[in-house]
Amino acid sequence: MRSPNLIGYFTDPIARVGRIGLFLLRILAQVAPALARPRLIIAQIFNCGARSLVIIMLSGLFVGMVLGLQGYALLQRFGSESSLGVAAALGLIRELGPVITALLFAGRAGTSLTSEIGLMRATDQLSAMEMMAVDPLRRIVAPRFLGGLLAMPLLAAIFSCIGIYGAQLVGVSEMGIDTGTFWSQIQSNVELRDIGEQLVKSLVFGLACSLLAVYEGYHAEPTAEGVSLATTRTVVSSAVLTLVLDFLITAAFI
Amino acid sequence: MSNPHPASPAGDAAPVIRVTDVHYGLGGATPVFSGLNLAAASGQITAVLGPSGTGKTTLLRLLMGMIRPQSGTVEVFGEQVPQLARAPLYRLRQRVGMLFQNGALLTDLTVFENVAFPLREHTKLPESLLRRLVLMKLQAVGLRGAAQLMPAELSGGMARRVALARAIVMDPELLIYDEPFVGLDPISMGMVLRLIQALNQTLGITSIVVTHDVHEISRIAHYSYLLAGGRVVAQGNPEQLRADHSPVVNQFMNGLSDGPVPFHYPAPDYFTELLGRE
Repeated sequence: MRSPNLIGYFTDPIARVGRIGLFLLRILAQVAPALARPRLIIAQIFNCGARSLVIIMLSGLFVGMVLGLQGYALLQRFGSESSLGVAAALGLIRELGPVITALLFAGRAGTSLTSEIGLMRATDQLSAMEMMAVDPLRRIVAPRFLGGLLAMPLLAAIFSCIGIYGAQLVGVSEMGIDTGTFWSQIQSNVELRDIGEQLVKSLVFGLACSLLAVYEGYHAEPTAEGVSLATTRTVVSSAVLTLVLDFLITAAFI
Repeated sequence: MSNPHPASPAGDAAPVIRVTDVHYGLGGATPVFSGLNLAAASGQITAVLGPSGTGKTTLLRLLMGMIRPQSGTVEVFGEQVPQLARAPLYRLRQRVGMLFQNGALLTDLTVFENVAFPLREHTKLPESLLRRLVLMKLQAVGLRGAAQLMPAELSGGMARRVALARAIVMDPELLIYDEPFVGLDPISMGMVLRLIQALNQTLGITSIVVTHDVHEISRIAHYSYLLAGGRVVAQGNPEQLRADHSPVVNQFMNGLSDGPVPFHYPAPDYFTELLGRE
């Protein structure tokens, strides 16, 4: 490993961004051949998406219930507790849904992708594929990248729906807000643009988290320590990048 | 028997592999190869022998274009491997089967699917024909009954045999074995030995066997190279190697710790270090 120096602190992250960008281009070049084998992609949507459902739904429910409690307490001060439904819905659809889903995705599916590909590297499975004239980028990396990319918007939508239900549980069942008021406020104030913001965010976060996960796995040192470090880097980088991208996309939509 | 010149294996057949004056290093003080020369004749079993750490596996990676030499030429089927772009390199690899040291089976696929993997990727055979081909290869390695097991359920020796079935499923022209006998019980070892010989004799497959099991491979190899210090230090057919009494060949063939090949990694004086003196 190179000894750290002052210039390296600035140039290394830039070089890393460049390498990740080039890796994305190499994956994109393999997307069309990978789409010819849809079963592999569907298997990865199942792996990244369906297997993350429990944690996404549970988290969505509790985040929605907390929003219900906090929102009610805040709105009550201004006598507008009837707006709880729309406040929770907009918060979940535009912000918390995609962001928390991305953070959970990085922890649940991202780590799984990184460690799986890293272990395949460590046990010569990727080398064996190359020796069989099969490009691992097409057979292993591209389907996992696409699976993660497509699973994220679905998971974010499920998170938001369950979250709104959680807010309704607290607001209507516990705090006594009228059911009709709760839902009609949502119906009249949530616009297509809000749904679009969620879709854009979750697609961008899906791309970022999946790309980082497969990049780190593919380039992991072929040792137990190397795979462990790569998995940690996946979670940390994905979380930071998600929050930075969230700010940029939110600013673009406001 | 030392030979600094390009190798001339036994037989008149054209070489499938020719490595000429290859230099390769990882940046350390000692290069892995410094002027390596060897060749493998078509239709023959060529053994590459040498103590651990002499770069035998590195040689295989050079042959298959996974790494590039700093200088020298690596020629396989008449093509300069280091200069090949990805597409022609992949076409070349389809003519080659390789058995990895640890098997390198795909852990998310069954034994059957592992063996079927190259066929599914490179051919459009109907399922019934593909099934028969896979079962025939599994029968050849004695594991037809294990077709539905996962790699995690196999012993190390069984995994190696499945990997061998996968390596031959595309009927390659060249088979490369990386330490095929390590970890095998005597029955499996004898079977693998006979299989390498049978594949060579019946199908005429050229074989490169990298190993340090001198006595096993001497029974079937047509020609052998002994590597040490980054180059070929001896070569010839088994009889010629056995008759060679140079110190390095004598040490390797008879498993002696004292000789030109050091057993100990370079270190400070043993007693000084034990007694804690600087």
